[in-house]
Amino acid sequence: MKYIVAAVDEIPPGGRKIVEVAGHAVGIFNIDGEFFALRNRCPHQSGPLCEGKLWGILEARLPGEFEYVPRREILACPWHGWEFHIRTGQSWCEPARLRARRYELRIEEGSALRAEPDAPGPGLVKGPYVAETYPVSTQGRYVVVEVAGEPMPAPSPG
Amino acid sequence: MAIPQVDVTRTTPTRRGIIDCDVHNELDSDRDLYPYLSRRWRDHIDAYGIRYYTGSFYPRFMDHRADAWPPSGRRAGSEAAYARDHFLNRYEIAYAILNPLTPVGRHPNLDLDAALATAVNDWQVAEWLDVEPRLRASMVIPYEDPPRAVDEIKRCGADKRFVQVLFLGRPHEPMGRRKYWPIYEACSTYGLHVASHAFFSAGNPITGAGHASYYIEDHIGPPQAMQANITSMVAEGVFEHFPTLNIVSVENGFGWVPALMWRLDASWRLLRGEVPHLKRPPSEYIREHLYLSTQPMEEPPRSKPRHFEQLLEHYGYTDRLMFASDYPHWDGDSPEHAVPAYLPDEVKRRIFSENARALYRLT
Repeated sequence: MKYIVAAVDEIPPGGRKIVEVAGHAVGIFNIDGEFFALRNRCPHQSGPLCEGKLWGILEARLPGEFEYVPRREILACPWHGWEFHIRTGQSWCEPARLRARRYELRIEEGSALRAEPDAPGPGLVKGPYVAETYPVSTQGRYVVVEVAGEPMPAPSPG
Repeated sequence: MAIPQVDVTRTTPTRRGIIDCDVHNELDSDRDLYPYLSRRWRDHIDAYGIRYYTGSFYPRFMDHRADAWPPSGRRAGSEAAYARDHFLNRYEIAYAILNPLTPVGRHPNLDLDAALATAVNDWQVAEWLDVEPRLRASMVIPYEDPPRAVDEIKRCGADKRFVQVLFLGRPHEPMGRRKYWPIYEACSTYGLHVASHAFFSAGNPITGAGHASYYIEDHIGPPQAMQANITSMVAEGVFEHFPTLNIVSVENGFGWVPALMWRLDASWRLLRGEVPHLKRPPSEYIREHLYLSTQPMEEPPRSKPRHFEQLLEHYGYTDRLMFASDYPHWDGDSPEHAVPAYLPDEVKRRIFSENARALYRLT
């Protein structure tokens, strides 16, 4: 199922937007022109992950010798600072156990989206009533999130 | 996750009835206290500022959960209405105990310390307790000046919304020392408990070995001070002399309690001649008079869940551990995830509600 969640211009580089997709809050991030989507739920204690800070990475070869990698690709949950890689959802706290739910995302032309078949979903039948419709712009480019099947369940506590 | 909109007039959603033993009401700035200070002290603060031993602080996200700052831009935890909507209503908290972490108790000027204590308590009544009926508060007292501390207890003690007096983690002296007994006497008279909250200092370093380099060392330091404080209270005979007094350890962990009890009992068998005022093994005083709060949760690796239940057994007191969130601090616990799901429902019910309900005599 495809969801059009934003116009590309809405989210400038470094910006983000939190949207509702398939009943879940999802954060859409623009990092230097690349777009990423993560579920707005931290797998640790369910904090609003996508409201967190994006940080660079601090590395140390030896105690007292620090190197800061400034590219902002590590998303830290606003509650406890658990860190996830924005590209993959990979946890850098407990990599074996936790992963943030990541969504497939594409940028599509409005004209292409317009050409999609108008059936709203599988298993639905066209009814006799037709609601009033309004013209919608198909110019410009849009961020589209694709959700296949059920979201990955969060690990249960304990 | 969006914060659900709530009807702010609905102030008692108590379906789950959680009692939260550690919620922080914060000052946005010292000026929040000006309405409650005399001109003399406002002028003093304008001229000299509020100076105190800092001890330690919480650097990640500048103290607080990044999502807990109210839209006004004021400090997280500084607006009762926002804390109510953002936290109490969302988690259906039946009662929350406020622990204000202010300069009180760690200001070198004892006259100002006493004035600040009075101002903080008046601020708590006017801007918190009168605003939200689910709140109870720790009374702050200038505990380094016990006669003045007793005056403050007498001034506020009739207001039953104050349920305990607050000590910060590291006073000038260990908490059992005779200097502090007038405070315990007044607490016994007014039915107040004594709470010891982690962190902050009247000059002592956070570890027994001195000041540390990194915040991560500070963050796990408080149990050291709490062990010293409870050992001191037991050894000095506080609980023999004040048999109704309870101490509530907040944010100091609890995994260390069984080992401390074992070790104290072993030492007492060797050295009881030195402390003939102790009529019973130290562990019995601890088991009877020490209550502990959950946050920060101390859990074994998830592959060994049985170890956590064993910890509670060693403790012998699932009736002494009480839920605390530490809201809005960045390292706090969500009520939905704090306590291990595998614990029996009966134990969870005690931790989340029954134990605190009994201790604080809440309905």
